[in-house]
Amino acid sequence: MTAEILSLSLQLSMPELILAVGALVLLMIGVFSGDKSSTTVTGLAVALLAVAGLWLIFMSGEGEAYGGAFKLDAFGRFMKVLALIGSITAMVMSVGHAKSDQLNRFEFPVLLVLSTLGMLLLISANDLIAFYLGLELMSLALYVIAAFNRDSLRSTEAGLKYFVLGALSSGMMLYGMSLVYGFTGNTGFDEIARVLTAEHRGLGLVFGMVFVLAGACFKISAVPFHMWTPDVYEGAPTPVTAFFAAGPKVAAMAILVRIVSDAFLPIVADWRQIIVFVSIASMLLGSFAAIGQRNIKRLMAYSSIGHMGYALVGLAAGSETGVSGVVLYMTIYMIMTLGTFACIMAMRRKEGGNVENVDDLAGLSSTKPFMAIVLTALMFSMAGIPPLAGFFAKYFVFVAAIEAKLYALAVIGVLSSVVGAYYYLRIVKLMWFDEAKGEFARISGELRLVFGLSGLFVTAYVLFGGPIGSAANAAAKSFF
Amino acid sequence: MTDWPILSTVTFLPLVGVVLLLLTREDGPFGRRNILNVSLFTTVFTFIVSLFIWIGFDNSNPGFQMVEKHEWLGTGISYHLGVDGISMLFVILTTFLMPFCVLASWESVEKRLKEYMIAFLLLEVVMVGVFVSLDIVLFYVFFEATLIPMFVIIGVWGGKDRVYASYKFFLYTLTGSVLMMLAVMAMYWQAGTTDITELLKYGFPAGMQTWLWFACFAAFSVKMPMWPVHTWLPDAHVQAPTAGSVILAGVMLKLGGYGLIRFSLQMFPLASDYFAPLVFALSVIAIIYTSLVAMMQDDIKKLIAYSSVAHMGYVTMGIFAANVQGVQGAIFQMLSHGIVSGALFLCVGVVYDRLHTREIAAYGGLVNNMPKYAVAFMIFTMANVGLPGTSGFIGEFLTIIGVFRVNTWVALFAATGVILSASYALWLYRRVIFGALEKESLKALLDLSGREKLILYPLIALTIFYGFYPAPIFDATAASVDLVVNNYSAALAAAKTLALNAH
Repeated sequence: MTAEILSLSLQLSMPELILAVGALVLLMIGVFSGDKSSTTVTGLAVALLAVAGLWLIFMSGEGEAYGGAFKLDAFGRFMKVLALIGSITAMVMSVGHAKSDQLNRFEFPVLLVLSTLGMLLLISANDLIAFYLGLELMSLALYVIAAFNRDSLRSTEAGLKYFVLGALSSGMMLYGMSLVYGFTGNTGFDEIARVLTAEHRGLGLVFGMVFVLAGACFKISAVPFHMWTPDVYEGAPTPVTAFFAAGPKVAAMAILVRIVSDAFLPIVADWRQIIVFVSIASMLLGSFAAIGQRNIKRLMAYSSIGHMGYALVGLAAGSETGVSGVVLYMTIYMIMTLGTFACIMAMRRKEGGNVENVDDLAGLSSTKPFMAIVLTALMFSMAGIPPLAGFFAKYFVFVAAIEAKLYALAVIGVLSSVVGAYYYLRIVKLMWFDEAKGEFARISGELRLVFGLSGLFVTAYVLFGGPIGSAANAAAKSFF
Repeated sequence: MTDWPILSTVTFLPLVGVVLLLLTREDGPFGRRNILNVSLFTTVFTFIVSLFIWIGFDNSNPGFQMVEKHEWLGTGISYHLGVDGISMLFVILTTFLMPFCVLASWESVEKRLKEYMIAFLLLEVVMVGVFVSLDIVLFYVFFEATLIPMFVIIGVWGGKDRVYASYKFFLYTLTGSVLMMLAVMAMYWQAGTTDITELLKYGFPAGMQTWLWFACFAAFSVKMPMWPVHTWLPDAHVQAPTAGSVILAGVMLKLGGYGLIRFSLQMFPLASDYFAPLVFALSVIAIIYTSLVAMMQDDIKKLIAYSSVAHMGYVTMGIFAANVQGVQGAIFQMLSHGIVSGALFLCVGVVYDRLHTREIAAYGGLVNNMPKYAVAFMIFTMANVGLPGTSGFIGEFLTIIGVFRVNTWVALFAATGVILSASYALWLYRRVIFGALEKESLKALLDLSGREKLILYPLIALTIFYGFYPAPIFDATAASVDLVVNNYSAALAAAKTLALNAH
């Protein structure tokens, strides 16, 4: 009997097992063949992630494992596939930059795989302990890769900042978890939901919940836990920043969705006001603070803060439409962000290497027309202008907010998206209206592929987005 | 013929031109000619195909015709197209003006001709899309999508302050539209559908109508534009290239008017009735104030832009008079203004191409060496003023009659606006065309070239034709307008009896 349960558990967590065992094997390969093997290890790591993804899509079942601590449902599968796509893309993009950013050591892909493993565990976590372990596994690897270019002052600073603040938030979260455990007597999400009722909830429990939410909000960089984002985005090597902006955000948002719509669903009124506040603050800060930015990576940091705010609009609704909106938003956000980072990595002068200033994009439409068109589409999409994908992302989260009668949230949200449009337009303006100041070097094939696909996605979503929307709906059904 | 999806064809036909343009190369005079020919051919062909909509249109049917409906995105939103008497002629207007835009850019656009034409063709797709959509989300997608090509057109090929003008245009319009997006969502949850045909039948509760009306009004009044949110228009017009101004004045302003008729008036009759005095006040201010502002301009394009705002004042006034004359007049005024103001901007383009200035003071006495131009400009000026015998008269006259039946004071002030418009338009004409030909730079100017004649003469013919014989337009719109007005009065009457019964 126990053997049966164990084998079922192993089966459900097969993608995680593949990654865990694979990461150790890759580490061995690296250790025994030295730094020259970094390209091979990267290739193998990509293959490993792809196998895990394919397993999730085609082979995996659904259910609970390890005594309910681990849960694989439609939502989990969707988000895991998304996180894997994000990690694979970020890893592929890093190949061309490995040398210049000193990422050409075999530990780099291994750490990325470990971090991705953390994301998968986090997405499936159905228990406070599993939640914490997944989050830490993901974050520890992230702290290291943020500081991976150890000769660069900015990179080490980014790593240190991220670590100190991350450790603080983890500590707060752990304290919150202990409070939740203390007031409910359980660590499992389902059990917590069972003992909670809207009337009989202690103040201590609300306290605990606030701390837990704060920890999750730190990882998705929502205001007021966003301080690390601009510095880390700017300081970390660009491929690492792209990695940060993709998978970890998806995973942290997934656990946030899961914990509020699973464990804390009975006290929806309590967490809704927190999410509404965080959402409004993120949208406003993301829009206004980005206006003054000159460094495109910092600009993207504020942009991602804003985007998290919009995604939370859907979560605030606390309904099936809302969760489906969040899932869709995270999908579209991740693809747009990866495309944009591919463009940022392509900003490399023939002499002088990478540049990061927004002004360096001036006149791109005459020097690199294809990249300019893609980046224009991405910027309009991020601003939420139809018929691009970003509009539909915003549409579905705001639809949920209107359904939940959160009118103030919706009005503030759409108005701040107008402010946000201003700085996206600035990039478009630079590329199309201004004269070129210099040319970028030839763009490597993998970057071209990534931003090409991303551009295709945002423009073609209006025609072929149906299946993605249906998958998001199916994912949201896991909770309601 | 009946099964052929003619509306989709007309909407997306310009995309064929876009693909062809992407395949052509822009280098040397040969490549340039190719691009121009492809664009001209595409727009003319689209216009000819769109005429089949008018031919196949059943004037006696007040409902939607040539309907196409498909599932889209699998979320209850549908790809639903159709035209009725209100929207059909706007489709024709759009496709009709596009060839003129291409012709107007024949020589004046020197850089990046290919991208320019692509932007225009994409703009045509989304503008036609707005008029034929029968799903509010689809409508909104097209409505907003007009921003992208227009932003690029103003920003890349515009004048000196093009960046400022394009930002202002984009952000003003976006602010209005996002509020409408929320209204669209609220309507969806209330009525359970995004289908316009269903929503037209659905009576929204009175309290909700007020808010929905406001949100939609925010979008449409900015697009229209109404006083006091009109300030983006003069900037955008002055900076945009000639063809951009033609499309802005000719079609984009009509998106707002169309939206007001389709959404505000038809879906929220109670709120429309309640807010009609507000709209009247804003319209009257627009008519009188912007006419006065127009008088004091020293830039020809800016003057015409302000006059557009004033003329849109008649449209809003007519729409919210909510009787047959008012709404008919508003539609007619929009169509006529589309032709006349488009033609006026083309006239400005003619002299701008020669002298590269739009300062009124730089001109004078053009009648001496450009007699044909002087005649064309005069006819359009007269049509702008609303002289009987031109299409401008009919729209103004009907809207004033319409509003006279509702509120004589509004009609009185609006009629004053006609006098003001005569004064600024005629004064402009005097300063540009009459007087002695003294300035050296003007003496060498040639009269209209063959291409310019090709642009202006058909527009003159139409202006005068519809001035004398507006029946084709009224025939097409009558049935639908009757339906709109009857439904509107029925809704008000129902609300009244409900209120009486409650007492």
